[in-house]
Amino acid sequence: MSGRPPEELLAAARAEWARLEELPRPLKPRERLAIPPQDMPSQDPLERAGNMREVALGYYAEQARVEAERCLQCKNAPCVRGCPVRIDIPEFIAAIAEGRMAAAIEIIKRTSLLPAICGRVCPQESQCQAECTVGRSLKSVEKAVAIGRLERYAADWDREQGEAQIPETGPPTGRKVAVVGSGPAGLTVAADVRRAGHEVVLFEAFHKAGGVLVYGIPEFRLPKAIVRAELDTLQRMGVELRTNFLVGRTRKLADLLEKDGFDAVFVGSGAGLPKFLNIEGENLVGVYSANEYLTRSNLMKAYDRGHAVTPIHRAQRVAVLGGGNVAMDAARTALRLGASEVHLIYRRTEAEMPARVEEVAHAKEEGVIFHLLQNAKRILGENLKVTAMECLRYELGEPDASGRRRPVEIPGSEFIMPMDVVIVAIGNESNPLIARTTPGLEVDRYGRIITDEQGQTSLPRVFAGGDIVLGAATVILAMGEGRRAAAAINRLLAAGDA
Amino acid sequence: MNLILTKERLSEQVYRMRVRTPLIAAERQPGQFVILQLDTEFGERIPLTIVDSDVDEGSITLIFQVVGRTTHQLAGMEAGEKIANLVGPLGQPSEIHNFGRVVCVGGGIGVAPLYSIAKALRQAGNELVVVIGARSKELVILEHEMRALAGELIICTDDGSMGRKDLVTAPLKELCEAAPKPDRVVAIGPPIMMKACVETTRPFGVPTVVSLNTIMIDGTGMCGGCRVTVGGQTRFVCVDGPEFDGHQVDFEQMMARLGSYRAQERIAAEGCNLHDEALRKGLKE
Repeated sequence: MSGRPPEELLAAARAEWARLEELPRPLKPRERLAIPPQDMPSQDPLERAGNMREVALGYYAEQARVEAERCLQCKNAPCVRGCPVRIDIPEFIAAIAEGRMAAAIEIIKRTSLLPAICGRVCPQESQCQAECTVGRSLKSVEKAVAIGRLERYAADWDREQGEAQIPETGPPTGRKVAVVGSGPAGLTVAADVRRAGHEVVLFEAFHKAGGVLVYGIPEFRLPKAIVRAELDTLQRMGVELRTNFLVGRTRKLADLLEKDGFDAVFVGSGAGLPKFLNIEGENLVGVYSANEYLTRSNLMKAYDRGHAVTPIHRAQRVAVLGGGNVAMDAARTALRLGASEVHLIYRRTEAEMPARVEEVAHAKEEGVIFHLLQNAKRILGENLKVTAMECLRYELGEPDASGRRRPVEIPGSEFIMPMDVVIVAIGNESNPLIARTTPGLEVDRYGRIITDEQGQTSLPRVFAGGDIVLGAATVILAMGEGRRAAAAINRLLAAGDA
Repeated sequence: MNLILTKERLSEQVYRMRVRTPLIAAERQPGQFVILQLDTEFGERIPLTIVDSDVDEGSITLIFQVVGRTTHQLAGMEAGEKIANLVGPLGQPSEIHNFGRVVCVGGGIGVAPLYSIAKALRQAGNELVVVIGARSKELVILEHEMRALAGELIICTDDGSMGRKDLVTAPLKELCEAAPKPDRVVAIGPPIMMKACVETTRPFGVPTVVSLNTIMIDGTGMCGGCRVTVGGQTRFVCVDGPEFDGHQVDFEQMMARLGSYRAQERIAAEGCNLHDEALRKGLKE
């Protein structure tokens, strides 16, 4: 995020590597702490704001090895505690430092199924990297070992070696598991359950699998070829994929168990029900949920005007409401669709933003204009089309239940900004479809499916995980949930009770 | 799966297809719809109401009017071809009871979704009056099917080429004024017609159900593109509808949202028409 050109980063890493090679091994902690953190090579900000290609280009081999040498190899490995799927981080980083890339990826894959994805989209600064001793010693989480970038490096290296190794599957058990939803939670469960030798059918409502990885996260942050490769691996393991299948409507969940011979069902249908602010003007033409805006651009490829049939408003002035990753994705997509000004409006300060630090930095570099401590009061229109937005200024008051200081509106601070499009990115609620069509499946007052720690729901043989249980969360948390539920399903089927 | 079994042309721009899709046929209830897409990479997803289903054959019947790129392309497909993507049944089923005397009003292509509901209402024991409206005789569809269900069938055309030369609201008003007053009205057609119908029945206090056909992407509640204001509340047509209390619907807003992409759609449609014209010329030469 230094903005330094990739060639310069490479030259610096080469020089550093040459210097390190002169030092007697093993390096002393003091020497490791003195190694400069390696910046991520990125497309030039002005250039990339005009294309859909991936922004972060990935480490050069030299950078990866230099960065890996920064790791202190702590015996107590605090970073592992910060990882929802407990990757053996020091071990895989040591392998990279030694140039043993095949070993590095093998170590990661023991616990993480989707490293090329997680390396790109995990909020590492609030997970593994938040705990890193290097970051603590240097008094900045930004100077922690770049664990995520190293994970991505190892995964990309692996993919570039040609066809990925197909994980071994156990002997056929004759048991069959339905996985509902092909997002991060569902993919994880499908892989883990299939490995145990059970048959797996993965149901997806859309015409393409991948869930939020495909419809939500843009190409410039997560290339779809990577998701496709992970799905190919699953299919080559024998997982059957059924798209255009909406469990609850195309077939009731209970029928899968009672009539179609499934021994267990995992529900990972995600948090797909966009929240709105309930303010005046929210249904004007030109107001989108971030889900709709991103789905049009990503899944339906509206950015590709030459080929795609699905339209999208190519507005000059775009406002995005929210401060999470989805808000950053929407804002940066709007730039790429040709907006001349994109305004991101968030009612707290940057410190409270839930988005990954890297996404915020990328958005700023590309020219997204941040309006902090502000919020939309109403959306104004003419002829039922958006023309402007009235905003209100806020200040921070006392901490609220989440521990973050509560934004308090400043009376009389209203002001109006002209806008053509407004994108609401303030989160999702749980999609009610499965709960509505599955009697006996208990949900909480937010519509989230209630489970125990193993993902077991109120119905026997029915498990759930990911955003439908957590509310809108992250890819890696959904994967962590999926792992636990898959283990519980495998135990249940092994016990023969199902 | 999704094999087109039959295709017939009902009027110049309207086609009927039977499509093999056993799971949807088995689960489908009156009032529900499907979303289809003809090209997995670049196609758009459009909602179409299921007109009928045959569980034994595992088929559903779709009726559509050529209005945009996708319906144009669909009209060009023949029996034996497959629809790339078809998902459903979506939406809440119609509320079907024995209400008593029900007036079913269908305008243009709206007669198609109305048919499935009228059929179920008839089976539930209702006495039906069906009003069909169209611009001209050639555009009247499902006349025979509706006649078989209805105690009384009234046809209105704008040009008087068939039935009464009237808008559907004229007979609807007469029916509301007459005794016995209808217990319920179901009106499906162009938004402007549905709006006129609810304004017609409002003074008589006759409950009036409308079925909305808005822009959708996923059809499962995920995108919110289909949202409408009903009784001051935002509702999603895909999961809360497609049927709503017509007296509560903000039609002005719904029509504006439906026209969100009219400019782009016009360009796309012109592309189709130019293509057709080129084809026709080619054939003549």
